[in-house]
Amino acid sequence: MTSPANPHAPDGTPYMSPAQAPRLELIDIVSTYVERGRRLTALAGLSLQVGKAEFVALVGPSGSGKSTLLDIVSGLLIEDSGTVFIDGELTAAAQRLGKSAYMQQRDLLLPWRTTVSNAALGLEASGVPRAEAEQRASAQLQRFGLNGFGGAYPAQLSGGMRQRAAFLRTILPRKDLVLLDEPFGALDALTRADLQMWLAGLWEQERPSVLLVTHDVEEAIFLADRVIVLTPRPGRVAFELTVSLLRPRMRDMIASPAFIQDRATLLHALGLVGHSST
Amino acid sequence: MMLARIDRQLGWATPLALVAVIVIVWEIAVRATNTPAWLLPAPSGVVRSLVEDKDILLPNALVTFSEVLLGFVSAVVVGVSLGITIYRSATLERLLYPIIIASQTVPIPALAPLLLVWFGYGLLPKVLVTALVGFFPIVVNTVEGLRSTDPDVINLLRSFGASRGKVFRLAEFPSSLPSVFAGARIAVAICVIGAVFGELVGAKAGLGYLITRAIAQFETPRLVAAIVLLSAMGTGLFALIGLIERIVLPWRKYTRASRS
Ligand SMILES: Nc1ncnc2c1ncn2[C@@H]1O[C@H](COP(=O)(O)OP(=O)(O)OP(=O)(O)O)[C@@H](O)[C@H]1O
Ligand SMILES: [Mg+2]
Repeated sequence: MTSPANPHAPDGTPYMSPAQAPRLELIDIVSTYVERGRRLTALAGLSLQVGKAEFVALVGPSGSGKSTLLDIVSGLLIEDSGTVFIDGELTAAAQRLGKSAYMQQRDLLLPWRTTVSNAALGLEASGVPRAEAEQRASAQLQRFGLNGFGGAYPAQLSGGMRQRAAFLRTILPRKDLVLLDEPFGALDALTRADLQMWLAGLWEQERPSVLLVTHDVEEAIFLADRVIVLTPRPGRVAFELTVSLLRPRMRDMIASPAFIQDRATLLHALGLVGHSST
Repeated sequence: MMLARIDRQLGWATPLALVAVIVIVWEIAVRATNTPAWLLPAPSGVVRSLVEDKDILLPNALVTFSEVLLGFVSAVVVGVSLGITIYRSATLERLLYPIIIASQTVPIPALAPLLLVWFGYGLLPKVLVTALVGFFPIVVNTVEGLRSTDPDVINLLRSFGASRGKVFRLAEFPSSLPSVFAGARIAVAICVIGAVFGELVGAKAGLGYLITRAIAQFETPRLVAAIVLLSAMGTGLFALIGLIERIVLPWRKYTRASRS
């Protein structure tokens, strides 16, 4: 509808070779929920791209359909209309299952599994034998700040550790596309700043394509290459910003003029100037 | 308040102390009123019977115990399988649930004689009655437990490409276990009653059989001794399941929600 012209042929064949294709391309995605007989439009013709090794942040008001969008990309939810290309290939929802690593708003650690087994769950779900999956998870504990807690149950972990365990579960299968839904939403400001720095470092080592949903404009700028702003429900792309910070990202960049400029631009786009900065 | 404090300090001793008080009051009451043993034996008489009749009591207790155990294990196997079937297929749920509920309304005293005719006086009819009364709470709790699986966890696994079987193995089945154990604890107590019911109708051995004979011969101390053994059996099995649960589900002692 309001999206740019479809760059693909009508039959869906990509116009470019898979090697040049973006990791993810969404065209004109429409998604509705039926609630008590009323049809509610969550996404009304949303189009966006995430390049290879690109970190894209998605910000928007609550209810603008951000989680709905990630559900669609992961294959858990079927879009009403629109097309989803992964690596230049047209995919139906069922084909997308297993193509991305999806970290949802809650950490979803299984209470009966230790940190190591929880971290191994993503691998196990994608077919790796349990022993091997756990061994690969163990080898990463140090890097994820979980050393010494491999055998602990989730109830014994702090909020930050739980989140890191969920991250490890997400990253371990090394999917080319990582979907993060407010991974730091439930954390206190200090832990949050800590983990943002840590995630920036982690991303720079591995460089998967990331689509990160966040309410926090500063988090979006600090982590992402590009920030996409959604309209209030029904969600569409309202604005896009290419972040002017260089990589690797450093904590003190949040005081730089480039950061402050980007933040002002985004807050303006969100219509939040003069309210709060989160 | 005070009871709770005493309880914390004594631990295991509290229930024992309560039993001791009941036994002492009972003993005094029987002696003071000169009640004949065939009407109501004093605890000392029951203990005497437990000691003197142990060569009769123990082999029969063993028979009942094997009926309870076999019946209970069958109840768990059948109950969990049916629970899984019902959970996984709405059609089978509609077909099976009415039958399962109907099975619980069959009066055991009416059914047991039939089983006797079909399968004789041996172990089998008792095991069947035991399993019949025991499997119901396990089915219901298995279904409830499976349904308690966090849908977001199921989605998480699906998003990683897990097959339906893998989702079941990694999320749904483990989620159901606390509830399955709760069902098993209810079932094991009912199974003891079930086995005795089976024996009362017609048996050549077992504590139920001893009870029928003791009633006929006014051997009330032996009757009460048999009941004491049955209670011990039920309590012991209940505790055993609690122990198995703590071994199989070691994580439960860490969950904050379940420890208020
Ligand atoms: N399962 C559902 N059934 C009905 N309506 C739903 C369902 N899930 C989401 N919605 C509705 O769709 C809209 C978009 O929801 P969504 O969760 O995608 O928003 P969001 O941008 O992730 O919000 P938040 O920032 O609060 O997480 C909301 O209005 C919500 O009420
Ligand atoms: Mg959301």
